[in-house]
Amino acid sequence: MLEVTAIKKGIVIDHIPAGKGLRIFEKLRLDRHQAQAVLLMHVKSRKRGSKDIIKIQDDLTVDLRILGLIDPGITVNYIENEEIIEKQLAGLPQKVKGLFECKNPRCITGVDDCAVPEFTLVPNGKIQYKCSYCGTLTEYKL
Amino acid sequence: MDLKGRHLIDPRDLRLDELNGLLDLGLAMYEKPAVFDQTCRGKILGTLFYEPSTRTRLSFESAMLRLGGRVLGFSDAATSSASKGESLADTIRVLDDYADVLVMRHPREGAPKLAAEYATVPVINGGDGGHQHPTQTLTDLLTLKKHLGEIQNLKVAFCGDLLFGRTVHSLIKTLSRFPGMEFFLVSPPELRIPSHLKEELLYEYDVKITETSQLEDCIEEIDLLYMTRIQKERFFNEEEYIKLKDSFILSRDKLAPAKESLLVLHPLPRVNEIQYDVDEDPRARYFDQAKMGVYIRMALICAVLGVELPC
Ligand SMILES: [Zn+2]
Repeated sequence: MLEVTAIKKGIVIDHIPAGKGLRIFEKLRLDRHQAQAVLLMHVKSRKRGSKDIIKIQDDLTVDLRILGLIDPGITVNYIENEEIIEKQLAGLPQKVKGLFECKNPRCITGVDDCAVPEFTLVPNGKIQYKCSYCGTLTEYKL
Repeated sequence: MDLKGRHLIDPRDLRLDELNGLLDLGLAMYEKPAVFDQTCRGKILGTLFYEPSTRTRLSFESAMLRLGGRVLGFSDAATSSASKGESLADTIRVLDDYADVLVMRHPREGAPKLAAEYATVPVINGGDGGHQHPTQTLTDLLTLKKHLGEIQNLKVAFCGDLLFGRTVHSLIKTLSRFPGMEFFLVSPPELRIPSHLKEELLYEYDVKITETSQLEDCIEEIDLLYMTRIQKERFFNEEEYIKLKDSFILSRDKLAPAKESLLVLHPLPRVNEIQYDVDEDPRARYFDQAKMGVYIRMALICAVLGVELPC
């Protein structure tokens, strides 16, 4: 296996479905941050066959809510002194703002810059978010 | 009921007791309009109609004038360029100095909500695209209350286009909040209510729903028949439209077995879904319904302005 040394302090985004790591790298804009980061692709995994992993050294302030939208099974491990101090399942965010747009072509948010929709997860078992302006359900797909 | 300074964007902005309070006030205004004719003296209603809707605008203007207030506004398609231009937020920040309460009609869904976020005066949604038209729903409720008394334990049939009808969606959701309601949804299978709405009604409000394509199935037991227009362009082909359209046209024959106390309503304008000879039937109340629209709007304007009422 390709060796990447453990990080001292930072976060490890694990259980990313294989092939989606690059998209997360882009969505989190890791190329623009100063933090050192590596993307590991097609890592062998007992559970999934293969997965992607992102390791980020040092403090990083990024919006991790996007992770759950890519795959709710993604986990985020917070590392200090080379040890995991906290492990979080990404899960689906209840509220989302600014990550995607309302799909309703008649929605005011499509033409007015002052209207930024806040989306609320609809508890119907599908990954659907309701627009705070027009009420339309938007199915989230990256 | 204290609605002073509140916006009305969606019927759900009002609690059930507030809805009932407004309906009581609307009935009082209907019964003795002269008592209220100076209630809004010195107040101005701004009508911001980004798309023309003559009936809604006149109904609001009539309501304000009957309360002794004044109106100003525009009703101009050219003002509503759908292209990116000045944000509504900026427009509202200027216009809300000109009036004490605003009513907005806009082709874009959610526009009145955006206006309400920036307005310092109450904003009333006068219809936003296919989304909400709360004062139409209030009008329907007031007509119901006037003719049937308290809104509870009613059997209600909605007939026609239930898929795209904003009026129907809003009314059925609002009626679901009243106790003991049962619904019959009469439409061709292609034009049934959207599944997400049906789920919401069943799970959130726990109402009883029967879907059918025959008005005959429920006509004898219902208290309210709400008719809507079926538009030809909703059908995939002419043949299907012709085959189905007669099933959703109300005639005297079809109305014959219904209760004496049945109420037939329609948001108007109608095309051919209610035959003209039904108009003479005392159960046909759709013109009365249009009249009640003025009184409920009077009640709403007074309530959000928080003016002192003479009784
Ligand atoms: Zn929207």
